[in-house]
Order: sequence, then structure tokens, then C-alpha cells
Amino acid sequence: MKLTLRVWRQQSADAEGAMSTYEVDGISQDMSFLEMLDTLNEELILKGEDPVAFDHDCREGICGACSLVINGDAHGPERTTTCQLHMRSFRDGDTIDIEPWRASAFPVVKDLVVDRSAFDRIIEAGGYITAPTGAAPEAHATPVPKPDADLAFEHAECIGCGACVAACPNGAAMLFTSAKVNHLNVLPQGAPERETRVLDMVGQMDAEGFGGCTLAGECATACPKGIPLVSITGMNKEWLRATRRAAKR
Amino acid sequence: MARTVWDSTVGKKTVMAVSGLVMLLYLVAHMIGNLKIFFGTEEFNHYAHWLRTVGEPFMHYEWTLWLIRVVLVVAVVAHAVSAYQLSRRDIRARPSKYVHKKRRASYATRTMRWGGVILGLFIVWHVLDLTTGTVHSGGFESGKPYQNVVDTFSTWYGNVIYLVAMLALGLHIRHGFWSAAQTLGAGSRTRDRALKTTANILALLLTIGFVAVPVGVMTGVVS
Ligand code: HEM
Ligand code: SF4
Ligand code: FES
Repeated sequence: MKLTLRVWRQQSADAEGAMSTYEVDGISQDMSFLEMLDTLNEELILKGEDPVAFDHDCREGICGACSLVINGDAHGPERTTTCQLHMRSFRDGDTIDIEPWRASAFPVVKDLVVDRSAFDRIIEAGGYITAPTGAAPEAHATPVPKPDADLAFEHAECIGCGACVAACPNGAAMLFTSAKVNHLNVLPQGAPERETRVLDMVGQMDAEGFGGCTLAGECATACPKGIPLVSITGMNKEWLRATRRAAKR
Repeated sequence: MARTVWDSTVGKKTVMAVSGLVMLLYLVAHMIGNLKIFFGTEEFNHYAHWLRTVGEPFMHYEWTLWLIRVVLVVAVVAHAVSAYQLSRRDIRARPSKYVHKKRRASYATRTMRWGGVILGLFIVWHVLDLTTGTVHSGGFESGKPYQNVVDTFSTWYGNVIYLVAMLALGLHIRHGFWSAAQTLGAGSRTRDRALKTTANILALLLTIGFVAVPVGVMTGVVS
């Protein structure tokens, strides 16, 4: 396949960025999107140019590092991560636009790499449980009803990639935060911090400068892990419950 | 608690949902009341007079009406201020746009902000037109709402303003009702279809119900 790539290039966080056009040839349909970019970078390096910076790590759809907006879609046209997107989703001769996640809470570091540490701070605010560490506890010691376990697992699938923020017209982090809140709040292990968790995580989310939810639903459409929009409803419910309880104390 | 709610995006959205639902409830009653115009001058004007005597003898003349007005003003102001503050925040959170643009979200979703502004302007015009009579086209007479309504809808601009606003209202409620349910944590997977259907029915009923009046005047059914 022969492709025309229009890629966002930006030297550093403070530099002005712009789209640059590149031609790549000899791309196989079986290559992943990142392998296609590797091919481009090899050519750029041979020519003595600066390779395109992009984030990646596991390349198997589980770490959440890869993060590209491809033709206006976070993670591209398929419901998967950029690393699991294959070139068979494109046609010979296509022009592909590649941009970084866009949100003021995710500043561009270089080219297609953005700083997502705002997510880490949201997790630090309450995305954990307080439990003694050591050997793994006996699995049956704390029974979890099946529907609750299923709900927790569904939300635990979130890999923290930030596609939800990138896709949201308001740059909101509601889907990510709600995945974490729902995951832990439904489990008995998460119960002791149920109220402070949602209040603190939502508070941190706001402090980081993410936007608010207008229920446009773009986040859930973009999410490679299928975290549903109704998770946000679930977090709103938890937040209202926690606010009422905090007021009673 | 008030501080927590007002300072949080989730809390401010709750204010929007509650104030929106208060206005929605009022609009359902208002629409039903308006339809009395099809039963003649007598019945419509009598209904308008009754609005002022509701609650008597416990309430004094017009007390109930003023109570409702105060609640509505609070709702409109709370709704508009939250909408403004949240929208400013949203725009700041997403300053640079994507080069590759895509049409996204439904029409009703995308028009919430501009539709809301249209509704806000309409509310002001509507009050000045038919409550105070300040911008009324004919000789406004309080206590004669039937004639006042006919006068308003005998002008082309009266009809245009009203029809545009009611279309905006329908779209606003279509996304708004369902949104409010999500904001208040009342939505769920199993309830989603029912909520969307209810939102559509409410939007349709209110739009048709309100639009029936100017159409009635235009077609001469009401004169
Ligand atoms: C002063 C004029 C108005 C303005 C500026 C306004 C603006 C807005 C905006 C910007 C939103 C948020 C949109 C979004 O989340 O995408 C909204 C939501 C909403 N509006 Fe309005 N609106 C106005 C009047 C009304 C009226 C008259 C009603 C009565 C039916 C109403 C009912 C609602 C409801 C129920 C919501 C949903 C709240 C939520 O998302 O939880 N609004 N409005
Ligand atoms: S909710 Fe989905 S899109 Fe958002 S960070 Fe988690 S996995 Fe990525
Ligand atoms: S590189 Fe790990 S999820 Fe894509």
C-alpha cells in the first residue's frame, strides 16, 4: 500500500505545531498502525530527519499508552486501541490525518505525545482501596455477588488511555473517572472509601481543568474497552449519594 | 453542601437538571392551560382570572401566581448561569480543535447551547409581550388575554418568533429530559429506551401543544 500521511509535528510543549505531509510506500495490510509509523520513522531517520514521536508500550491493547487521533477518531476507525488497529482498515492511496489527543488537561509534549499525568493524579485522589499488603487473600474470604463482580470487571477494563477525553467535545474525563469509581465502589473491598473516593476523584478531575459532561456520548463511542455511557450516570448517582451523606455528618 | 454542589461540574449540572425539570413541569401545565383558548374568549379569560385566585382564601389574590413566578425566575437564572459557567469551562478544556473534522452527536445535542440562548431571549420577549404588554403589538389590556394572544399572532414577527422558539424548545427537551435523568443518576441500561421515548413524546407534545395556538389564530379557528 502507498499512503499519504498528514502528521501533527510540534518540537516541544511551547513550540507552534503544524500538520506535515509524508508519503509512505510498501505498507502491508497486515501491519499494525504503529508498525506503519515505524516504517515512516525508519525512513525519516535514514534521511537524517527527526522521527515522529508517539506513545506506545505493550502493543497488545492492554497498557493504554498508544494514543492517536486518526482521521478525527480517537484510536481510529475500529473500536480498538491504535496498536491493535491494522492497515487493512485503510485502502491503498488513502490520505490519513494523524493528530495528538486534544485537551488542555493533556498538553502536547512533542508531536503526537501528550502528558496524561492528570489521570494519575485522579487515581491518586481515590482510585485505590486501603488494604493490608502481603500475600494474596483467600479468594473466597469476601464473597462478591455475581452481578457486582461482572460490573466491577466491566469497569476494570479501562486502560486509562484517555481516548474518552480526546473524543469529548468538552475535553471531559467523566468516562475514565466513572470507570474507576464504579469499579471500586461496587465491591466490598471498596466500600470503606465509597464516599470520599467519588468526591475526591471528581474534585481532582475538576481541578485538572477537564470539561464537564454534556452527555454527547462521544467518549463511549471512542472507548476501546467499551466502557458504556451509563457509567457516567452511575458515577453521578454515587456523587449525589456521597454529597448527601457528607452533608448529614 | 451548597458550596460543594456549586463548585463541582457534576453539582452544577445537577442544578441544571433540577431547574430544567422545574421549568419542564411548569411548561406542561402552561401548555394545557393555553389550549383553553380553543373553547372561546369566556373560558380562556376566566381561566386566566382563576390563576390569580388559586389558593384563596388561604392565599391572598395573586399570591400563588407570584410564588410560581418567583420559583420560575430562580429556575431560569440558576439554569442560565450554570449553563454559561459550564459552557465556558468546556470551551477552555478543549481549546484546539482537530484538523480533521467530523460531524458528531445528534442535532438536539449540538444545539443545546444556542437553543438555550434562543429560549432565554424568547422568555424575555414573551413576558414583555403578553404579561407586561411592553412590546405588545395591539392595544394591550391586562385581564383580556384572549384578545392579547390574537393580536400577537396577527403579526408575522409574533408568529415567527414563537414558532422558532417552540422548535428550539422541542429540541432542548429532547436532549434535556434524558440528560437530566442521567445527571440525577436515574438512568440505567434497562431504562434507557423508556427514557428516550419519554423525552421524545414530551418534546413532541409540548411543541405541538404550544404551536397549536398561533396556528389556530393564523387559520382563523381562534379570532
Ligand atoms: C434561559 C434559557 C436556557 C438556557 C440558556 C439553557 C441552556 C442549557 C444548556 C447549555 C444545557 C446543557 C446542555 C448539555 O448538557 O448539552 C441545558 C440543559 C437542560 N435544559 Fe436548558 N436552557 C434554557 C432553558 C430551558 C428551559 C425553558 C427548559 C425547560 C424545559 C430547559 C430544560 C433543560 C433540561 C431538562 C436540561 C438537562 C439538564 C441536564 O443535562 O442534566 N432549559 N440547558
Ligand atoms: S474509559 Fe475507555 S477511553 Fe477512557 S481511558 Fe478508560 S479505556 Fe480509555
Ligand atoms: S500500546 Fe499498549 S494499549 Fe496500545
